[in-house]
Amino acid sequence: MSNILSVTIFLPLVGALLIAGLNSEAKGNARWIALWTTLVTFAVSLLIWINFDSSSSSFQFVEEYAWLGPLKYKMGVDGISMLFVILTTFLMPLCILASWQSIQLRVKEYMIAFLILETMMLGVFCALDMVLFYLFFEGGLIPMFVIIGVWGGKRRVYASFKFFLYTLLGSVLMLLAMMAMYWHAGTTDIPTLLQTKFPPEMQWWLWLAFFASFAVKMPMWPVHTWLPDAHVEAPTAGSVILAGILLKMGGYGFLRFSLPMFPNASADLAPFVFTLSIVAIVYTSLVALVQEDMKKLIAYSSVAHMGYVTMGIFSATQQGVDGAIFQMLSHGLVSSALFLCVGVIYDRMHTREIAAYGGLVERMPKYAVAFMIFTMANIGLPGTSGFIGEFLTLLAAFRANTLVAIIATSGVILSSAYALYLYRRVIFGALEKANLKNILDLSPREVAILTPLILLTIFYGIYPSPVLDVTATSVKNLVQNYQSAQGTAAASLATRGYQ
Amino acid sequence: MINSAVLSVLLPELILALGAIVLLMIGVFTKNGEAAGRSVSWLAIMVLVLAGVAAFEQSGSTTVFGGAFISDSFTRFLKIVILIGGTLTLLMTFDNFGRAKLLVFEYPVLVLLATLGMLMMVSANDLIALYIGLELQSLALYVIAAFNRDDVRSSEAGLKYFVLGALSSGMLLYGASILYGVTGSTSYANIASAASLPEMTTNIGLTFGLVFVLVGLAFKIAAVPFHMWTPDVYQGAPTPVTAFFAGAPKIAAMALLLRFTQAALPAVAPQWQQIVIFISIASMVLGAFAAIGQNNIKRLLAYSSIGHVGFALVGLAANSAEGTAGVLIYLAIYVAMTLGAFACVLSMRRGDRYVENISDLAGLARSDLTFATILALLMFSFAGIPPLAGFWAKWYVFLPAIKAGLYPLSVIGMVSSVISAYYYLRIVKIMFFDEPAEAFAPREGRTFAVMALSAAFTVIFVLPFVGGAVVDAASAAATALVPGR
Repeated sequence: MSNILSVTIFLPLVGALLIAGLNSEAKGNARWIALWTTLVTFAVSLLIWINFDSSSSSFQFVEEYAWLGPLKYKMGVDGISMLFVILTTFLMPLCILASWQSIQLRVKEYMIAFLILETMMLGVFCALDMVLFYLFFEGGLIPMFVIIGVWGGKRRVYASFKFFLYTLLGSVLMLLAMMAMYWHAGTTDIPTLLQTKFPPEMQWWLWLAFFASFAVKMPMWPVHTWLPDAHVEAPTAGSVILAGILLKMGGYGFLRFSLPMFPNASADLAPFVFTLSIVAIVYTSLVALVQEDMKKLIAYSSVAHMGYVTMGIFSATQQGVDGAIFQMLSHGLVSSALFLCVGVIYDRMHTREIAAYGGLVERMPKYAVAFMIFTMANIGLPGTSGFIGEFLTLLAAFRANTLVAIIATSGVILSSAYALYLYRRVIFGALEKANLKNILDLSPREVAILTPLILLTIFYGIYPSPVLDVTATSVKNLVQNYQSAQGTAAASLATRGYQ
Repeated sequence: MINSAVLSVLLPELILALGAIVLLMIGVFTKNGEAAGRSVSWLAIMVLVLAGVAAFEQSGSTTVFGGAFISDSFTRFLKIVILIGGTLTLLMTFDNFGRAKLLVFEYPVLVLLATLGMLMMVSANDLIALYIGLELQSLALYVIAAFNRDDVRSSEAGLKYFVLGALSSGMLLYGASILYGVTGSTSYANIASAASLPEMTTNIGLTFGLVFVLVGLAFKIAAVPFHMWTPDVYQGAPTPVTAFFAGAPKIAAMALLLRFTQAALPAVAPQWQQIVIFISIASMVLGAFAAIGQNNIKRLLAYSSIGHVGFALVGLAANSAEGTAGVLIYLAIYVAMTLGAFACVLSMRRGDRYVENISDLAGLARSDLTFATILALLMFSFAGIPPLAGFWAKWYVFLPAIKAGLYPLSVIGMVSSVISAYYYLRIVKIMFFDEPAEAFAPREGRTFAVMALSAAFTVIFVLPFVGGAVVDAASAAATALVPGR
């Protein structure tokens, strides 16, 4: 049990090595090995969840080994990272299944890239050493670059370069900030750094450097432009991973580093983040309205939804942070499902143009139901998981800054506008296009992929406690530390002023 | 006063010197040219390995020849890296030179002499020893740059290298003479004590001497603005020679720079620091931008090497034991990656013809996935993407720079590393995303072994017993040069 996190993280890598050892013609074997590897990883990660003690705010399942000099190989999960691990391991088998038919070229390499990517993503959420975190955070770029570039669409080269260079540019500044933190605190150990008080002036610079990285990853307006390109060009499973997990690394980073380690800078710069968040919510929702490409529309809606997340995080209240985490998990399910839905019809018609569809409900009733549920969840209809997160973050924002909450709420309306507009144009209307007349409804494999997502979306919409219970204690601890840091800063300012 | 203690300090150098002379004799008295070249090359590899073992077996810190020649853990670290680099490049010459009818015995002998010069440079603790080592190395290198004498480009490379190299040697010598005039000594220890006098910090002569010596050394490490010879020489020289140029000589010259600045002139550190910061920034930025437009992979690697020298200098700019350790780690990793990259270039062959254009790599992933993966790993590593070794190289040079408060330098360096990532990615893109060009001829065993070894090194550096060993050795070496300041 003591090494269960490392086992979870490196199982996919073992699977990748197994596949690498296969004969290059063995497409089927590569698929099966990848599927079983991800399923076993999921099972092991469920074991972690079952044994997770949600009444404790400290890191659990901690492993620590000597590594390079002062750096440690240290892994552990708390209430904030626990569910991201589950989300990752849960989505991976679905991605492998979604690629079952649509990837026919270089299957072996594709599966290897995905499994390496899974190791990297799990490592990000479990790492308790800054440098280890950075290692996984950046290391994930290589497989994703290859996935977009090799198996992507027409403009895949442009998209993959943009994705890679954008993210890298943000991250190198974070790396420098990490170095500065190391010299200040004398360690790269995250639990120790969480207790370290950085001087307020230093916090500003560190906050900005980390912001550069996480804002790009998130992505926040105005550095979101790589996302639509990457989404459109990536293969379906690549989009799922991108929307479902890679974007969450930004939010996770804010929660793990920016908010607890630089509380004073976070408080000072919260209005700045609020501004960017509401611009993202309103502006990208409007942009989504005019998209002709389904994947691009969903990509922009992702940016808008991430706006709620940043707003919730920097409201720095229990509701806001809980809501942000919930929103990230829910978005991980819903937007992944939407990309999978697009993938379903793309596999049949090989186009993502909205105008190329219409009236699908006549030929694909099952598909129409599934798509409807995810569309509603994307809007944030009560009863779906999308509602809980948006509601909590708006609640928190209302208390922090009423104006922000009012503007952000308009995003809910805009999201229903673009989501329903998309749904109407694709599913409803008359089935006029000749090539759509013989389109087939969901295959059993596709049903198997979408069913768990539907169930979870509705389950968590009605009964969010399993998620909120896990996060509550850690979030409470985080918020308390944040508040007390504000108190001490204010007190020290007051004494200085008094003298 | 030559006794056995002195001989044991000089053992690696003696092995190389005697080896070179004996091999020259063997070569001269062997009738068949190619057979002589082949056997002498193998013997030269053995001599290099033997010298490496001798260097590895040494311990402690000793100076001989009145303090002109020093052997400590700093010199040992660099000598071992240089000898490994030399051995592996020599190992890669057989197939290429065999095809070009260049497999003659003079080449390994010249490599041995150049390596001897480099070991002298590493151990130089005196301006005269510095110059002797430098010239021995340079003269041997001028000849091997022009080694393919029937080829116009190779002759041009040799001539260009010679003219510019002689100019820089002249400047270095001029600076050395001024330093001697100002401080009254050629020995680093005496220069250091003379320069630490309070009135010396504003001495124009000292500054002049310092600048001229640094210019000479900047030429040897190909730092901007003294880099112009690099792309032409890299492209013109036969590829195995370029592989040799890209690794070992740079390390030796960097060793000179490290010891000259930190052992001879620590007292005027702020003065040389600004120069180092400038050439570091200039090299990183130029290396990042100039390589973007290159289509010849040797030229691209030339500009990339300029950039990497800039990164290594970031560690020196920090002027601390950690910084020096960072430079050493950077150099070791850089040599390992460069050897692999040139092994890849040496494997780009169609029939009997070697190709050098980046576009020749198109779709390599389709025809030879192993080769493409190895080169891609090396490119990602060059770009500094974790967890590969290139990331750690950058980590260990920027960490001390941040400690020293060199924030603008660090930010510029990091941004230029992102820019340079573009052209490394471009190679990956051509290999993996593009439609296949004609496949390459089958790989050759020795060259493939070098590239596989190099790629494996970049991957496993992250493990504590690999990276940790390199880092510990480099830290020990750096403390020998810069005692905990």
